[in-house]
Formats: sequence, C-alpha cells, structure tokens
Amino acid sequence: MTGVVLKNVSKSYGTVNIIPDLNLQIEEGEFVVFVGPSGCGKSTTLRMIAGLEKVTGGQIFIAGRDVTWERPKARDIAMVFQSYALYPHMNVADNMSFALRLAGTDKSEIASRVKLAADMLELTPYLDRKPRDLSGGQRQRVAMGRSIVRDAYCFLFDEPLSNLDAKLRASMRTELALLHKKLDRTMIYVTHDQIEAMTMADRIVIMKDGVVQQVGSPKDVYNTPVNTFVATFIGSPSMTLVPAELHEEAGQLKVKGQGFELPLPDRLKQQAQASGAKVVTLGLRPEHFSAEARTQDFAPVELTVKVAEYIGSSQYLAAELGGASLTAAVEVGPEADLLSDGRYYFDTSRLYLFDPETGAAL
Amino acid sequence: MSEISQKPRFEPGAFTPYAFIMPAIVVMMGGLLYPVVMAFYLSFYDWEIGRKLADAPFVSFDHFVRMVADPQVWEVLWVTIRFGFWTITIEMTLGVALALLLEKPIRGASIFRTIFILPLMVSPVVVGLIWRYLFDARIGWINYYLGVWFGIEPQVWLGDPQLAFFAIVFTDIWQWTPFIFIIVIAGLQALPSEVVEASTIDGANWYQQIFLVKLPMIKSILVIALLMRLIDVFRGLEVMLIMTGGGPGRSTELLSLHIYNRAFDTQQLGYASAISVLLIAIVFGISTVILTMANPMKSKSDV
Ligand SMILES: Nc1ncnc2c1ncn2[C@@H]1O[C@H](COP(=O)(O)OP(=O)(O)OP(=O)(O)O)[C@@H](O)[C@H]1O
Ligand SMILES: [Mg+2]
Repeated sequence: MTGVVLKNVSKSYGTVNIIPDLNLQIEEGEFVVFVGPSGCGKSTTLRMIAGLEKVTGGQIFIAGRDVTWERPKARDIAMVFQSYALYPHMNVADNMSFALRLAGTDKSEIASRVKLAADMLELTPYLDRKPRDLSGGQRQRVAMGRSIVRDAYCFLFDEPLSNLDAKLRASMRTELALLHKKLDRTMIYVTHDQIEAMTMADRIVIMKDGVVQQVGSPKDVYNTPVNTFVATFIGSPSMTLVPAELHEEAGQLKVKGQGFELPLPDRLKQQAQASGAKVVTLGLRPEHFSAEARTQDFAPVELTVKVAEYIGSSQYLAAELGGASLTAAVEVGPEADLLSDGRYYFDTSRLYLFDPETGAAL
Repeated sequence: MSEISQKPRFEPGAFTPYAFIMPAIVVMMGGLLYPVVMAFYLSFYDWEIGRKLADAPFVSFDHFVRMVADPQVWEVLWVTIRFGFWTITIEMTLGVALALLLEKPIRGASIFRTIFILPLMVSPVVVGLIWRYLFDARIGWINYYLGVWFGIEPQVWLGDPQLAFFAIVFTDIWQWTPFIFIIVIAGLQALPSEVVEASTIDGANWYQQIFLVKLPMIKSILVIALLMRLIDVFRGLEVMLIMTGGGPGRSTELLSLHIYNRAFDTQQLGYASAISVLLIAIVFGISTVILTMANPMKSKSDV
C-alpha cells in the first residue's frame, strides 16, 4: 500500500464537524487535485496530510507507513503555501536550503541541490536576494524551489497560484505539470479553480461540505459527472440545469421541457427506462450548442437571445429556450456579428439527466 | 509656442501641511530643544540658583576639563554601565522567554499576560516607595519571609553597597521585564502563521524554530526594545532617588541621579549641565551605533 491513503478520516473543531468521513487512495507518483467551493475543507484535508492539523478520527498512511500521529518532519512531505511563507530574513538560497541545513546534509550536496532547483526554476540570478526584493512570481518559484530541494516523497500545494495574475498563473501551471513529469513524485494540489484542476490533474477529487463527491480523471468528471454538483462545478461556463419530463412518442424516448423537446440519445435510453423516472433534471452544457448541425445528433432549438458576449472564438449567449433560461457558448467565425434570436442546434448525444430529488446522475 | 507645461512657482496649498505640523514643532522646540540648548549654554558658565544668569561668570571649558578628571563622574558612569548591563540582559532574556512561553493560546495564558504587565502601570515613584519598604531591614517583607521560609538572617538591604545595588537591579527587572514581554508577544503574534508552519514542515524543532525563524523575524522589534531600555537606564532616577538616594556611598548612584544631586543638592548648575552634555553624547552615540548596525526602520518585514 504505497502512495497516500486516507482511511475514515474525520475532523471536528469543537462540536462543528468539518469532515465527516473521508476515504481516499492516492497512487504513488500521481498528481491529484482537490477542488471545491470555499470552505469545503480542502485546506483542512491537506493540512491533516501534512500533519499541521490533528485528525479527529481515522488514519493517514504515507508510503505505506501509518503517519496519523507523526510530526510533519517525520512524514517525508514538502508543502507550498498560498502566501508562499518564505523566511523574510533569509536570502533565496538560504530559504531553499533551510530544510537541508536542519537535516545536517553536507555542504556540497546542499549546494548542488540548490543549484539544480534554481536552474530548473530560473532563479539562479536571484539567489542572494531577500524575498522582499522579488516579484510575486519569483517568490512563488522560490516557494516551489524550497520544496523541490527537499526531494520529499509527497508534495502538497495549497492554492499556490492564487496570488498571481492570470497570465503568470497559466505559465506556472505548465511549469508545474512539467515539474511533476521531471520529479515523478506524488503531488496533492488544492485549488478552487476548476481550470487549474482540469489542466494539471491525473485525478480530480471534488469536495463539497467535507464530503468527496467524485474522484476521477478530468475526462471522467467532465463527461460523466455523478451528480448535479459536480456537473455544474466542472466546466466553464457552467452547465445549465432545467426541469424536464421524459415521455415516449411513437416508440421514441424524448425529454420535454417547458416549450421545447429534445430526443434522448442511445447512451441514456436504457438508464432512463430502468430508472422509470418521469420527472428529471436536464443538464445542458453551453459548449454543446452550435450554430449548425454537425451530426445527426444535433437537434434544432429556438433560442431567444437576451445578451450576447463576444469572447473571441465563440460568443456566450444568455438565452431562453422555451420557458428555461440557459447559457450557450456558440463558436463563431471571424466575420460574425453579435448573435441574435434564431435557430441553433444542440448536440443531444451529450445531454445529461439527473434525478431531481437527489441530484444523482441517471 | 512650446507645449511643455510649467510647474507653477507657488502653489496656494503648499503650506497647508506645514501649518498642521506647526503646533507639534513649537512644542518640540520649547519642551525639548530649548532645554538641550540651555544645557550646552550653561555648561560654559558657573551659575547658582538665586543669582542672575547674566551675572554668571563664563568659565569656558573648565567644567569639561574638571569632569574628565573627576573620579566621581567615572564612578557613577561605571555604576550606570553595570546597572544597564545586568538589568537589560536579564530583562531581555526573561521578557523574551516569557513571551515565547505565553504566546500559545494555552489555558490561563491571558490571565498570566494581564498579571505580568501590571508592574508597568505603576508610577516609578510608587515603585520606589513599594520596594523601599519591602527591602526595609526592620519592617520589610523580604527579610521577614527570608527568615520564615529559609531561616536567613535579616539583611540591611539598602545599607550595604552590594545588596543595595542588587536591590535596585531587582526592582528595575520587576518593573521593566513586562515591557519587553508585552512588545515581544505583540511581535510574535503578528508573525504570519504560515511561515512558522513552513519551518515545522522543513523540520525545525522547537528550539530551532525560535532561534532561526521567530526571533530573527522580530529582530527589529527587539532592537527597538533594547534601544528604549538603554535610553531609560541613562534617564531614570526616580526609583534610585527614593530607594537609596544613590547610596550607600555612590553604589547606586546612576549618572542621571548624580546630575540631579550636583544640580540641586550642591547647587553646581553649570557643572551639572556639563555632565548632562556628556550624558546626551553617550545616549546619542549608543543609539547611533545600534541604529546603524540594525536599522529597524529600514527592514520592512513583508514576506
Ligand atoms: N480553527 C478553526 N475553527 C473552527 N472552524 C474552522 C477552523 N479552521 C477552519 N474551520 C472551518 O473549516 C471549514 C473548512 O475550512 P478550509 O480552510 O479547509 O476550507 P477550504 O476548502 O480550504 O476553503 P478555501 O477555498 O476558502 O481555502 C470552513 O468552514 C472553516 O470555517
Ligand atoms: Mg483553503
């Protein structure tokens, strides 16, 4: 049993139960991202893995060892904080080598490891500087460097990119992915930004109120969300949920909303029939609307456009379909003006059905 | 015609800020600068209270020449240095240690914190009175309890040079350790918790965390505390004046008390002013050295 394993982990502050019962197995070398809305317990979970927070119940294993009651030092982990948490009185080189110096690693070894990390992160020109003389992005890289030199078994990141501007964040995302390839270490990354999660993760763990909703690859959680929470959380702009009914017409299963009707794809027919549900919640992803029918699965829909936003390659429409408000992201060519009311198409092979009571996918 | 805009010669609002700081400047001038300048001026004259200042004879550098050769001045300077060394060393150590101990939100910490800062609220004159009676040879609690608990013979605390020196050092520590404690604990609590956590993850033990992370991060606060205590050592005289009057002999006579005695007991105002100039020079020198070595204004502690 290698990797990082959480077994029935729970956490309470006083009488407030933040995490009721968490089970998770993270493979060795995997890049796992915890994602969820603010306050759902992502940081708390990460800090319990790090040993900065004590568990209320359950067990934590790292590399097969029960570390539940071990101090952070004994867990073979490195951590990058949101605020970077650099030592302000030490220069960059000293910041990076602090852990090694404490561990009594010999000088030449420290020097070569710091040099390697500095080269990797392009920090070599700044080794003598104090953190306050660095830009936000450079500080961020020092924080990364500080964990890299450790060569720990598992790396923990708590929203390390959230203080950076959008462009820098995108490039750091790529660098982090590269870093993971090079180091080939287990990495656990916390964010509330689903784009970060989708782009970097081998597997995504989606949490809500301390409960894991779904664990799966980016492809899985996007294409087969287990419930409406995951469906609306993953994807941008969010999936629209519309109340609808299933009914059969001339041997054809159809989903009928207020003032519109869509045929059901083969993929969902069996489940729909098996569940016997009549009333459902219909999920439509904005990006599955289109200006033209590309395959047979594209069904025509009449949209009343309230607002059209120009994004570049596509336009976001705040529109009405029958009595339902929804968002559509329609790809457009360079000549297109702002889109208006009219006939659009929806790729019915990619529609989703959920149980309106529980929110679970059919 | 050139389009370069000209800076106006006179901006009507330019004097507003000066108008606002004017009262402060006037008070500073009157209350601080004037006495200092007068001290310099007086140190060149031989003046007694009751005589007109205009009639005081000009003595040039005589006072300074006399001062350099005056064994009494050297003696009180040595007392002051010894006093400063013991009080500041112990106060800093004890204050920092207590702050580190009570920094965590353990049960009762806030009660202890409040109790520890109480001595700070007592006026120095009252401190002097309290401890004079506590150390009193006949009726003092200290002798009484030393006798009851440890069977120690009554000591003439304030009548023996060494014991009296110990008594004033002890009293100063009692009053001023809380000062160090309170500003250090404020500094510790303002430390970003993630930096301290980062050092935990980096493997720092309790001891390393204190000496390699926490204390270096509050260095500027420690320097300011040290500076204020140093200046106080050269400034304060109330406690000594009341407890021992500087005696026995000159064993507890600090520089400022010596100046006071010269000026008001022996009426040598000019000579006392000359010694004041020495005091100003020493304090100025020490402050400059400390501020050059570790400038707390310069090191912003942003992370
Ligand atoms: N010391 C504490 N005492 C009581 N409640 C706490 C404490 N620390 C955190 N919590 C609560 O635990 C919950 C989870 O907090 P946590 O920091 O793990 O959220 P998060 O998922 O990281 O959110 P964010 O994305 O905003 O960082 C929150 O509701 C928070 O209010
Ligand atoms: Mg968090």
